[in-house]
Amino acid sequence: MKEFNPNYLDFEQPLLELENKIKQLHNDPEKTAKSEAAMEKLNKEYQNLTKKIFDNLSDWQISQLARHPLRPYSLDYIPNIFDSFNELHGDRMFGDDPAIVSGLAKIDNHNIVFIGHQKGRDAKDKVMRNFGMSKPEGYRKALRMMRLAEKFNLPVVTFIDTPGAYPGIDAESRNQSQAIAENLFVMSNLKTQIISIIIGEGGSGGALAIGVGDRICMLQNSIYSVISPEGCASILWKDSKKAEQAAEALCITSGKLLNHKLIDLIIPEPLGGAHRDLTAMSSSLKINLVNLLDEITEINIDDLILQRKKKIESYGEFEI
Amino acid sequence: MSWLDKILPSRIRANKKDKGSVPEGLWHKCSNCETVIYRAEFEKNLNVCPKCNHHGRISARKRADIILDAEGKIEILNDIKPIDVLNFKDKEKYKDKLATTQKKTGENDAMVVYQGFINKIPVIACFFEYSFFGGSMGSVVGEKFSIAVKKCIEGEKALICFSASGGARMQESLFSLFQMAKTSAALNSLSNKRLPYISILTDPTMGGVSASLAMLGDINIAEPNALIGFAGPRVIEQTVGEKLPNGFQRSEFLQEHGSIDFILNRSEQKIKISEIISALMSNHDNEETSR
Repeated sequence: MKEFNPNYLDFEQPLLELENKIKQLHNDPEKTAKSEAAMEKLNKEYQNLTKKIFDNLSDWQISQLARHPLRPYSLDYIPNIFDSFNELHGDRMFGDDPAIVSGLAKIDNHNIVFIGHQKGRDAKDKVMRNFGMSKPEGYRKALRMMRLAEKFNLPVVTFIDTPGAYPGIDAESRNQSQAIAENLFVMSNLKTQIISIIIGEGGSGGALAIGVGDRICMLQNSIYSVISPEGCASILWKDSKKAEQAAEALCITSGKLLNHKLIDLIIPEPLGGAHRDLTAMSSSLKINLVNLLDEITEINIDDLILQRKKKIESYGEFEI
Repeated sequence: MSWLDKILPSRIRANKKDKGSVPEGLWHKCSNCETVIYRAEFEKNLNVCPKCNHHGRISARKRADIILDAEGKIEILNDIKPIDVLNFKDKEKYKDKLATTQKKTGENDAMVVYQGFINKIPVIACFFEYSFFGGSMGSVVGEKFSIAVKKCIEGEKALICFSASGGARMQESLFSLFQMAKTSAALNSLSNKRLPYISILTDPTMGGVSASLAMLGDINIAEPNALIGFAGPRVIEQTVGEKLPNGFQRSEFLQEHGSIDFILNRSEQKIKISEIISALMSNHDNEETSR
């Protein structure tokens, strides 16, 4: 029986087999010229296979990549793209939500306020981070950070990666709806620059609550949707197994959303996805983020806010 | 079935199986207390059960008749119509479903907007139509609401919105989600002009509508016992794996938790809303000089 590694998606499994073979050859203490040649051949094969698989991803496969168990999260990127980071906690009203990480960061010559969703890696961490699903105190912490940024003329950078806002009794009791709505209200007119980047899963209102801004970007294999493909399938198809079709119908991939002008930029991922090469991904992310910051901080702030409002106003397709 | 049930006329039987089986037309059976009354009487009572005060659902246009003065009431923005830009298809095509729903409801989409007066105070009033895709917000609702806000700013009028919605419209995907940003941004502009926005949350106000325009009123009012929240109760129950507390996500629960200003019976809405707008607008004219 073939081994099944949960850190590899079903369509990544052929890569795993090759990887194992390469590793075996690599670890062989008696390397011969012949085995070296074989290894080179396998490496080439690996590259070609990766390219073949990743050139033809379905929307459902991209959704799986966006939620890949090894997908880099905010805290993986922070040390790789920021020169410094000082985390700031709490909403000053109720608590500190570990599903959102925020603080002051330095990137190149820009000082910024960072706000990002954070999912957990192992079981314990996942629970602690509530699977990246924020409660009202998380959104209110984010709001506090935005106000801080506005006050001190610092650009806001948000990383979005959440299945959605937390559907829980406590969250509803503290008015989850109001917490999200307030952020949308304030972000539309915040007197500082806002850049939002979907790094993994852009889940509905929970994503948008830190996702209104001047530049909306997506990592190549991230998704952004009004509802999860599974949720949509179970409501419209009455069958959660139709998620594959729902993913296609919902148009949630970066390419499709750019075509519809709902996002501004796609940030390319290394071959095989962000999780295959954190260093390469971080460097791609950093270059793009610095470029965006350079560009956006040159624009007069009043003009920028006017542009932002015009853009938000333009969302929607209808007939008159 | 007991002998007593057997001798009762069928429509009086409080049999669970019969729930909702009262024929449309002459009679109305309250979905809360199951009292059966003449439909005419029920409608005269604004679709509120005279026995238990359960506020039944009511169409956008009937609400408008209740709230707005007959004089000067003009529907606006009805030329904005939905299109299926994503060619969305589940079991059926969104385009086809739109057409059948439009035919069935007589509405173009899930929101009806009027300019008019409430006890002689000029307002723009938006009403969600729940029978149209569950009152869900897509591009048309977002656009109508945003233009309604603009009209308020142009005419220095107050804005009223009656929400009744399951949330964002899935069939319009991210376009729908972004209407949350669009409507909230519009309300920010209204707020900067210090023009009042009264949001009335009715049964149900959920998801993307609750988490945008509905919760952003200067005054947030709820009808009695309306289901109001972000996540649906079934999703929450599945997530937390425990039974939800009694009255969870109902208007009374929200008031207790400080989420809404107050609860208002349908019959009192016109007078109370006009009182509030008149209070909030009372110093609007001399604002520039006093500030």
